Amino acid sequence: MPKVTYIEHNGKEHVVDATLGASVMDAAVKHNIPGIDADCGGACACATCHVYVDEAWLGQLDKAGAMEQSMLDFANEVETNSRLSCQIKLTAALDGLVVRMPASQH
Amino acid sequence: MILGAGQAGGEAAFRLRANGFSGAITLLGEEPFLPYQRPPLSKAHLLGDMAVEALFLRESSAFEAADIMVHTGARAEAIDRAAREIRLSTGERLGYDRLILAAGSSARRPGFARGELQGLHVLRSIADVARLRPEMRAGARLAVIGAGYIGLEVAAIARKLGLAVTVFEAADRPLARVAHPMTARFFRDLHETHGVRFEFSAAIAGIEGNTRVTGLRRADGSVFACDLALLGIGGIPESGLAEAAGLACDNGIVVDDSMRSTDPAIFAIGDCCRRPIPLYDRRMERLESVHNALESARIAAFVIAHEADPETPHKAPMLEAPWFWSDQYDVKLQIVGLSAGHDQIVLRGEGPCFTLFYLMSGRVLAADCINMPGDFPGARKLVQERLRVAPEILRDTSLPMKEILRLAAAPVAQSQ
Repeated sequence: MPKVTYIEHNGKEHVVDATLGASVMDAAVKHNIPGIDADCGGACACATCHVYVDEAWLGQLDKAGAMEQSMLDFANEVETNSRLSCQIKLTAALDGLVVRMPASQH
Repeated sequence: MILGAGQAGGEAAFRLRANGFSGAITLLGEEPFLPYQRPPLSKAHLLGDMAVEALFLRESSAFEAADIMVHTGARAEAIDRAAREIRLSTGERLGYDRLILAAGSSARRPGFARGELQGLHVLRSIADVARLRPEMRAGARLAVIGAGYIGLEVAAIARKLGLAVTVFEAADRPLARVAHPMTARFFRDLHETHGVRFEFSAAIAGIEGNTRVTGLRRADGSVFACDLALLGIGGIPESGLAEAAGLACDNGIVVDDSMRSTDPAIFAIGDCCRRPIPLYDRRMERLESVHNALESARIAAFVIAHEADPETPHKAPMLEAPWFWSDQYDVKLQIVGLSAGHDQIVLRGEGPCFTLFYLMSGRVLAADCINMPGDFPGARKLVQERLRVAPEILRDTSLPMKEILRLAAAPVAQSQ
């Protein structure tokens, strides 16, 4: 099972043993990790699961799709490593992934 | 004490903890499940693409970690406000300091369909899908009563599974209560292209069959033969206990901006409450949506946590414009805002991809985005910030929404 480290805006770290094939958002919500709201449940409709992907992992991910990009255009404090965590599916290759959360999702 | 373990109830419990609430939290639900997502019930879950486990919002370990006590399969029978107790069907009494009512809504049943009949379905819960799914066999004849979201979503899944589908609707178009005729026309064409038959202005007088549905009887006496029927004519709030306890109810438990009912110790959230919507001059609305469930839960949790510990600063939740979505076939419909009161319609885009804006005195009240996910976040912002935009700007698909937001005029002042 891929491990994902979530780092809250205040620096607090949470490590989750995620299910293969789940999204980075799913794993966070199911384990009640603070800082990811995911209001739409993964429909790519709300941009409240915004994360910053650790630079070391960026190369491992596919680029954001058009729909995700248009959602990100309206998220707060977007950086070049911003992604919607509902659109990152966990594969074995992503074991050890590190993401950080923004100060607020709304 | 939280009565109702749906998405609203679950959210309230976790938000209380996130706000530092240290009291005991009990979540009481009638269904035998932890809180789960309902939108996929009439979509991926019904199709068989999403297992029950994937519906659950949080792992049971998360409830333990947050010290939230969950009683599933528990039925509350009465609220004793004087004693501040809930009475369960088992006779057990549970005390509370603050009570959150989050009992949701149930399917409206017409007078002729009150009893249990094999093949007669509603769709609000995991159990409803478990009952319906085995009957969704290729070749079976499904009659859908009501062309609202649930009816249309089930029709779409049924066509994918090879059923013959006829939708009966009392109005002259689908989504009559919620969408403009232009959006309605699009969905009618979409379903007809996929082989769904509609009967509009339909008057159904009864269900045929003794132990099992064999048909629908129209008001003119003619019978439509079918193997199963789905009732999709809307929901009614689960406000019976609140009413019996003397709380003000009017199509939902009436609450204020804090989600507080007419009893200061009792709050109501989600589908079962009727609350003021600040974006629309605090008009009272009862909304059945994920957004409403989450937002009302967060407000109640904030207020209760703050009352319990006024010394600690708590961050009030952001209020957002109501929003909804529906998936039918490959079409994604995203709606933001409430369109009631609009005096102008502006169409952006054409064919199978368009956004319909609803304006009132130039202000963007609401928008339907059909296969226009790129427009949706921008439309949310326009609605949320009460912006005015000239129709010719909205119409111009060469302008991305980001640019339109830049060109939007100053927000309309709140009239309260």
